[in-house]
Amino acid sequence: MPVSERTSRSRVRAGDRVFAGLSTGAGALILAVLAGVATFLLVEAWPAVVAPSADIPGGQGITVYIWPLLFGTVLSAVLALLIAAPLAVAIALFITHYAPRRLAQGLGYLIDLLAAVPSIVYGLWGLAVLAPATVEASTWLYQNLGWIPLFAGPPSSTGRTMLVAALVLAVMVLPIITAVVREAFLQTPRLHEEAALALGATHWEMIRMTVLPFGRSAIIGASMLGLGRALGETMAVAMVLSVSGGVSINLISRSNPSTIAANIALDFPESTGIAVNTLIASGLVLFAVTLAVNMLARVVINRRRDFSGAN
Amino acid sequence: MAKRIDVADLNIYYDKTLAVQDVSLSIEPRSVTALIGPSGCGKSTFLRSLNRMHELIPRARVEGKVMVDGQDLYAPDVDPVTVRSHIGMVFQRPNPFPTMSIYDNVAAGIKLNAKRMPKSELDDIVERSLRQANLWDEVADRLHKPGSGLSGGQQQRLCIARAIAVQPDILLMDEPCSALDPISTQKIEDLIGELKADYTIVIVTHNMQQAARVSDVTGFFNLRGVGQPGHLVEIGDTATIFSAPSNKATEDYISGRFG
Repeated sequence: MPVSERTSRSRVRAGDRVFAGLSTGAGALILAVLAGVATFLLVEAWPAVVAPSADIPGGQGITVYIWPLLFGTVLSAVLALLIAAPLAVAIALFITHYAPRRLAQGLGYLIDLLAAVPSIVYGLWGLAVLAPATVEASTWLYQNLGWIPLFAGPPSSTGRTMLVAALVLAVMVLPIITAVVREAFLQTPRLHEEAALALGATHWEMIRMTVLPFGRSAIIGASMLGLGRALGETMAVAMVLSVSGGVSINLISRSNPSTIAANIALDFPESTGIAVNTLIASGLVLFAVTLAVNMLARVVINRRRDFSGAN
Repeated sequence: MAKRIDVADLNIYYDKTLAVQDVSLSIEPRSVTALIGPSGCGKSTFLRSLNRMHELIPRARVEGKVMVDGQDLYAPDVDPVTVRSHIGMVFQRPNPFPTMSIYDNVAAGIKLNAKRMPKSELDDIVERSLRQANLWDEVADRLHKPGSGLSGGQQQRLCIARAIAVQPDILLMDEPCSALDPISTQKIEDLIGELKADYTIVIVTHNMQQAARVSDVTGFFNLRGVGQPGHLVEIGDTATIFSAPSNKATEDYISGRFG
């Protein structure tokens, strides 16, 4: 029946149109929100950018104010990544290629659960448990490896150091990196693993020949996603880190640069006037850095399609 | 180099399921043995038990003996990794390592054996293997390009070059042409005929003409019934199996009456 055929086809088209409209709308909404946030940051930050140096908290201008914060942010995040990324790769390898299936599943859930713990809980844990526990280790590092600028000390007696902040951040970004890397490792074609094993590769050689090269770009991409998360983390750092300002790569002393996000959280309630604009300007810098890192991560993850080898 | 295989009363299990029952056969060095039979009759499983690849499936195990030149592959002190480095395998679908160049693919097995050798020697082995696999002329000018850029037939010959680079005792082929076009298939079949001079070759195939063309000896696997384990019905001279099989089931299969 041509008539009913036409109606049924046009009905499908209407559904298609509605769905296309909905999904386009959702996509546009994301862009609108992003643009809105960017506009807010730019507009509110502007007064601080053009204000005379003396009006900025610290009295030396906005660059001098933001630079140590940016330094602290990047230092803590990169340090967290250096700790978390190798660990995440090892965990992902264990889950996908070493653990018995039942244990692997349980462990996978457990790692995902780490992502569900609120950051304030991590802050509390870092402050109350991890910080005191590291005092002895930092003292040891200071006494034995004090010639390395990272451990120049003197060690903090409370343990609220950059090292502890980075450790807490590492635990927080671990689940993201592990989850992405685990997925990539699972997709290693069975065919290639068998090719390696049939050549007489041991289990570890097989992993080095097929699984790691196959997952390489996923590891890079996942690490950068983790970096993005660590850059923006607020509460845990605000609670753990003992802050004095200034730029220092000394990881175990009590005087540390703060991070942008933690600084905003701590100072915002007491700020008025141009100080608020200055904080927002620092937020703008963080926004730009995080956006850049995340975009870079996307680029790397997408590039893996070209040589994924799923042929 | 080429070694003989003697299999005695081999039973292959996946967990508690008996997959292949009571296989006994002998394979002469420098010969091509084709294994034919309907899908699911255990010929691939049997082939993979010859280099202990089936053990990759959890709880797979065997009973019986597989002797290669008198050495039992399943003796308690034998490491499966060593077995696999001496018994090469070519798979159903070409599987060169996508992240490696053509050169590195061929050299992969040698590097695994952790033999340190001068670059020139490695170059020679790579060239010799690619020549033996009839691939050298096609790839000589792009040895350092990825192997995944080759055609399917070239990739499969690359996999053969990779397998023979370590000079294995035996070469196992699991339906090596089933993903290839007729021209590539013919090249592989010609290659099998040449490799026979140096290697003991066991090939599983679904293509009976192929078995007839390339093999000296043909073994026919079959199932006794649905849910029953596969077994070796008969094995013999390829010409005899295809002209005057002694078993009715073999005759029905090769004449296309089932399977």
